[in-house]
Amino acid sequence: MLKKLEILGGYDKHGGKESVKSLVLEKGNIYTIVGKTGSGKTQLIEDIESLNNGEGITKRTILIDGVIPDDSFHQGYRSQFIAHLSQNMNYILDMPVVEFLKLRNSLQGHNNLEGSPDKLLATANMLAGEEIQPFQLLTRLSGGQSRALMIADVALNSKAPVILIDEVENAGIDRIKAMSLLIGQEKIVLVVTHDPLLALYGNKRIVLKHGGICHIIERTNEEKLLLNKLTNTHDAMETMRKLIRNGESIKGVNYIGI
Amino acid sequence: MITIIVGGAPASGKTGVLKHVIRYLQLQQHYPAVCKIDCIQSNDKEDYKSLNIPVIQGLSLNICPDHFLATNIIDIFEWGKTQKATHLFMETAGLCNRCAPFINRALNICVIDSMGSIKGPEKLGPLVSTADILVLAKFDLVSQAEREVLTHHLSLLNPEAFIIEVNGLSGFGVQRLAKYILNKGQSVDSLEEDQLRYSMPAANCSYCVGEIRIGRNYQQGIINRIIFEEEVEE
Repeated sequence: MLKKLEILGGYDKHGGKESVKSLVLEKGNIYTIVGKTGSGKTQLIEDIESLNNGEGITKRTILIDGVIPDDSFHQGYRSQFIAHLSQNMNYILDMPVVEFLKLRNSLQGHNNLEGSPDKLLATANMLAGEEIQPFQLLTRLSGGQSRALMIADVALNSKAPVILIDEVENAGIDRIKAMSLLIGQEKIVLVVTHDPLLALYGNKRIVLKHGGICHIIERTNEEKLLLNKLTNTHDAMETMRKLIRNGESIKGVNYIGI
Repeated sequence: MITIIVGGAPASGKTGVLKHVIRYLQLQQHYPAVCKIDCIQSNDKEDYKSLNIPVIQGLSLNICPDHFLATNIIDIFEWGKTQKATHLFMETAGLCNRCAPFINRALNICVIDSMGSIKGPEKLGPLVSTADILVLAKFDLVSQAEREVLTHHLSLLNPEAFIIEVNGLSGFGVQRLAKYILNKGQSVDSLEEDQLRYSMPAANCSYCVGEIRIGRNYQQGIINRIIFEEEVEE
C-alpha cells in the first residue's frame, strides 16, 4: 500500500517553470487545493490520477514512494486510484439502501467488516441530519443523506488510496465530522474548496495560478487558532440548525454561545 | 495512420470526449482527422471544424449507419491518408446496440453514459464486449459506489478492455485516454481485407425497403415474431 506521493514540478500555462519543485503528499493528511476557476485544479488532480511521467500538458512527474510507478501499478487499483466525491454526484439506482450496500459488498469480493451495511449506515447517520432508513430508496435520499452515505462509503469501502473531495459545501452534513472520519482512514485526502473552514482544516494548502502550483502554505499556529474559532461558530450554526429543524424557538442572543 | 472508431448510444458524450482528445493530440504535435457518421443532419461537423482539423461527414440517410460505415470505411481511410492525418477518428451515430461498428485494425472505443447504463450495461451488447476501450462519460454525476459497481459489471462483460472515466465537459481523464491511444494505436497502411468484430443484423424485410403500411399482408422477407408466453404454454 502506498505511503506517499510526490509531485515534481512542471510548467504552467505560460510555459514558465512551476515555482514549486517538489510536493510530497503523505497518508493521513488533508491537503486543500485552492485557486480561481481555470487555475489548473482539475489538471493537477488529473496528473495525479494518470500518474504523469513528465509528459502531458504540464510535464509534471508523479512518484509513488519515491519511484516512477510502472504500467502495472494502475491495475492493482482496478482503475480506481482516486475515489471522487463531488457536489454534483447523485445516486441513480432506484434500489433500497441496504440492498445496494449488500450488492456492493458482494462485488468487492471480500468480507470487509469495516464496510458492512450496518456499520456503513451507522457511520453515514453520524454525518447526516436526518437518519437514513435501511429500506429507503437510494434515489429518495435527501441531498445531505446522499452526501453522508457517499462519504461513509468512500471512507470505509473504497480501496483507492487517494480521496478527492470537490467542493462539498452546504451539503447539509457535518463537514468537520466528515473530515475527521476521512483522516482516520490512512488515506491521502485532497479537498478542492473555497470555504475558509475547510481550507484551514487541511495541514497544507496547495495554491494554483495559471496552471502551475505557485505556493504551498503550511497552516500557521495563528490559523489553527482561527480554525478553532471558526469551528465554534460552525458548531453554533449546527446547533441552531438543529433547533430550527426541530421546530424550536431560539431564546436570547446568548442562547447558543456565540 | 492509426484508425480509431468511436461508438456509443446517442447523447452519451462521444463528441465531447473526442474533442478533448483531439485537442490533446494537437498539443503533442499529431495531426488528427475526423469522419462523423450520422443518419440525419447534425451540427457536429461544424463543432469539429472549430478545432482546425480535416472533417468529413457521412449521412447514412435511410440506411443503418453501421452498414453505411462498413461499406465506406476503406474510402474514408484513403481520404484520411490524403489529409496526411496521423490519427483518423470515425465517430458513428449511436443507434440500436444490436451490433458494433468495430474492426480489427482499429482502436475501438465505446463511450458509455454513466447515468443511463448503470442499471444494465449488458444492454449495450457487442458495443461493450468487442471494444478495446470503455469510456465512462458523465461520471461526475454518479456516486463513487455506483461507478465501482458499474466498472465491475463492465469488466465482467469485457475483461480485456481498458476502462476509464472521462469528463467530456472539464476534460478530466482525457490525458490518460490520449496517452493510451498513443501507446496502443497500431498504424496501418490499408484496411483492405480487414474484418468486422461482430456481424451486422440479418434483416431484409419489406420495411427495410420503404414499406410504411402495418399488417401481415405487407410483410415479406426475414421476419422475427415476438413469442407470447401463453402461446408457449399451449
